[in-house]
Amino acid sequence: MNNNLFKILFQFIGLIFLQVVVFNNIHLFGYINPYIYVAWVLLYPLKSKRGLFLFLSFLLGLSIDFFSNSGGINAASLLFIAYIRLPLLTSLLRKVDLDYLLFHVSSMPVAKLLTYISILVFSHHLVLFSFEYFSLSNIEIIIKHSFLSGIFTIVLLFISIQLFSSRK
Amino acid sequence: MQQIIYFLRKYRYFLLFIALELIALLFTLQSHSFHKSKFVNSATSITGGLYTQVSNINEFFTLKKENKVLAEENNRLKNILSKHLHVKKDSRVFDSLSVQSKYNYISAKIIKNEYSKINNFITINKGSSSGLKSDLGVINTKGIIGIVKNVSNKYATILSILNSYSKLNVRLKNSNYFGTLIWNGNNYNTVQLIDIPRQADLQVGDTIITGGRSAIFPEGIMVGTIKDFKFEDTKFDEINITLFNDMSALGYVQIIENTERKEQQLLEEQTSNE
Repeated sequence: MNNNLFKILFQFIGLIFLQVVVFNNIHLFGYINPYIYVAWVLLYPLKSKRGLFLFLSFLLGLSIDFFSNSGGINAASLLFIAYIRLPLLTSLLRKVDLDYLLFHVSSMPVAKLLTYISILVFSHHLVLFSFEYFSLSNIEIIIKHSFLSGIFTIVLLFISIQLFSSRK
Repeated sequence: MQQIIYFLRKYRYFLLFIALELIALLFTLQSHSFHKSKFVNSATSITGGLYTQVSNINEFFTLKKENKVLAEENNRLKNILSKHLHVKKDSRVFDSLSVQSKYNYISAKIIKNEYSKINNFITINKGSSSGLKSDLGVINTKGIIGIVKNVSNKYATILSILNSYSKLNVRLKNSNYFGTLIWNGNNYNTVQLIDIPRQADLQVGDTIITGGRSAIFPEGIMVGTIKDFKFEDTKFDEINITLFNDMSALGYVQIIENTERKEQQLLEEQTSNE
């Protein structure tokens, strides 16, 4: 239990650090940045308390906001995907497959894992950029940015999950 | 009563989600209003401290460029100085104590620069302990950077000119036509000029400088040159300005404090009240 708590804390701070110091400064083609802190929602253990998970997700997003002077856009978007994670997983995998205690993203079949990541990342980016631009007249730019940044994020997350998770 | 409790229990995660989402919306709305100072900003000791560490490392890689900029600035100042050295001294006697510069300059280092979003902010390593206040102008040797927004003890955030809420008074260098400088969010090297009267004679390559009508910037700070413009329906449609500054590679900046600002504002208020 203690070990788990330590791991979560490490992920929390590590993801903020990585996002703020490294990935917010990529600027591919001038404006595309990956938002790898979405990995928080992918990696957080499924069996733990949902209320705490929502609150921590909000806090992680807000920390990123503090670093990037962006109001509450990261908090809102990360909280959103944290909330839809469970319904999404239960509908993607049939309910019997979902072993709460032992579940880990790397145990998912590759096709389903990719859909899972894609849906989470794209909904996160859509909420994020809608809040950032905050006007309907910019809908084209919002969709364009969500799509391009989204692909970048998905590729990064997918590769790192494949690389760093030990398959049993 | 029982039913309310049952309802709360059943939807407790949803209610928590909505509550937190509303808080996030509140912060976002606050960040979109130009006049309020924001709660969520990077001029705190934790965020500022981390950015200082990172910029200390990054500084090594930009030393060469920074040196070049300083050498150019030196050259420019020496040229100005050599012009004035040979001017005949004024025969009137000044009381040197009464001659005070209208503008004070405070030098600071950028520890976090943004330029890829729609609303960009810059964080610098000086704060209220060095005399910074909000609404002071920020420039560097090549031109205009932005306006100070949030100030903490040791750090401050700057509303960059690359921000959709930035609006600055500028004018053409070779004529007295004034306009407003804005940014459309597309390219970090190009900003837009609006409100230029239609009789103004524009040429591609004309220099744009600050207008000096606001109490924030002195007149004549460099902004950029005209890149292209469209003339439609008897008015200028969109005038693109190429900035002198490369906004993606900024190092040191100067913050301008106008010592006569209060006096000017007071006078303007009095006049408009009459």
